[in-house]
Amino acid sequence: MNTYKTLALILLLVIGFKGYSQEEDLLSLLGEESTINYTTASFKSTRVINLHSTENMAAGELDIRISHRFGFISGGIYELYGLDESTIRLGADYGISDRLMIGAGRSSYEKTYDGFFKYKILRQSSGARNTPLTMAFMSSMAVKTLKPSDPTRENYFSSNLYYTFQLILGRKFSDNFSLEIVPSLVHRNLVATVEEENDVFAIGAGGRIKLSKRVSLNAEYIYVLPNQLAPQYYNSLSIGFDIETGGHVFQLHFSNSTSMIERGFIAETLGHWGKGKDPEGEPFTIHFGFNLSRVFNVK
Amino acid sequence: MLVTLLLIAQLATGQKYFSKTGKISFFSQAAMEKIEAQNTSASTVIDASTGAVEWGVLIQGFKFEKSLMQDHFNENYMESSIYPKAKFKGKIDNLTTVNFTKDGLYATTVTGQLDMHGVTKQVTMPVSITVKGGAVSAKSKFVVLLADYKIEVPKLVADNISEKVTIEVIADYQLMNAVP
Repeated sequence: MNTYKTLALILLLVIGFKGYSQEEDLLSLLGEESTINYTTASFKSTRVINLHSTENMAAGELDIRISHRFGFISGGIYELYGLDESTIRLGADYGISDRLMIGAGRSSYEKTYDGFFKYKILRQSSGARNTPLTMAFMSSMAVKTLKPSDPTRENYFSSNLYYTFQLILGRKFSDNFSLEIVPSLVHRNLVATVEEENDVFAIGAGGRIKLSKRVSLNAEYIYVLPNQLAPQYYNSLSIGFDIETGGHVFQLHFSNSTSMIERGFIAETLGHWGKGKDPEGEPFTIHFGFNLSRVFNVK
Repeated sequence: MLVTLLLIAQLATGQKYFSKTGKISFFSQAAMEKIEAQNTSASTVIDASTGAVEWGVLIQGFKFEKSLMQDHFNENYMESSIYPKAKFKGKIDNLTTVNFTKDGLYATTVTGQLDMHGVTKQVTMPVSITVKGGAVSAKSKFVVLLADYKIEVPKLVADNISEKVTIEVIADYQLMNAVP
């Protein structure tokens, strides 16, 4: 009786193992490797439009950025909808590590030089480590070099300095949809009138919807908390498209902001969508513009 | 008694070899640009008794020289968030010519199903298997057409990306433990 049992057991085992060896998926024998999958390409570029996105240049990559804002489209056909005039920023960004990016630029708007760094504190990931969002800290400084309006007065260099601090909280919700919220602080060493605050608090929001693999629709809005700016200023709203071709990204957009750096587009946006606050004023003082980004490997 | 039984059972199934550090690289040479990428953490198993060969690799694990290329590879071409893995499941065509227990260089072919970007296609590739002092390694090089796997190349970058991609796979296999 006992020998039968043993034999049956042997048979079972052999059959069992035979069956196992003919199991289709040999790789399952190795078990699942768990890796950290960092989310990539939440935005096509390091800027949504004017606002910094959650993206950085990778280590050793240089991004040459040429940005234009033409005149107000309200100039009509006489001004060729603003194309006769343009404001420009030339800039270069560089990835020191996959988390840290630095950049500098020069804007024609008030002849301003700017420099910044952006550091990714958290990176959205799945797999072995699950992080729901990307968090980056961005700090920039700008120096206005436009000659003082009143040269007879004593003009300090420090009066031309501006600082911006931003926390960028973003998430790629799906392949096609990414969103970010950007609490911001702009500090101006000198402001024009006593009614204006030196420190301006604002909350920016930016997002993109992919229309195809290479084209996305982007939008951003910056809400400046009340009673900080002179009444002629507006909140910045920009809408546009990103078009990607290999190492280039073309960002074409409409924006009511003239400046392309934080202190300008957050705190000094003069243009407005729609009618505006002044009933006599021109409606739709918005710019057509573009950012052109070309990435080079310099590692 | 049980151990003996297990050993017998194991012998009946034959030896299996595996690697978790298989190298897969690919190479595209177009008029304007040369594109190269490598993945060094592919998983593969060979069953010496049946000649079955399997490979599995995570698309996101391919490393490019330019990180922008890597982004585009994942985002625009391979769509790795939808199709995270590429798999190959095949058989050594002429198993009798390969002796896994005897040192030597064996040239054979492997035929099977290559599954990537949501498309499964039959491929046959030349494979050279080296057995040396019990260690098994394998190497193969073959060409795939992007169009076969529904990987679209826009006209604008047609000069940068070749329609044909050469894939090279290399692995040093280890004996799989009989009883884990």
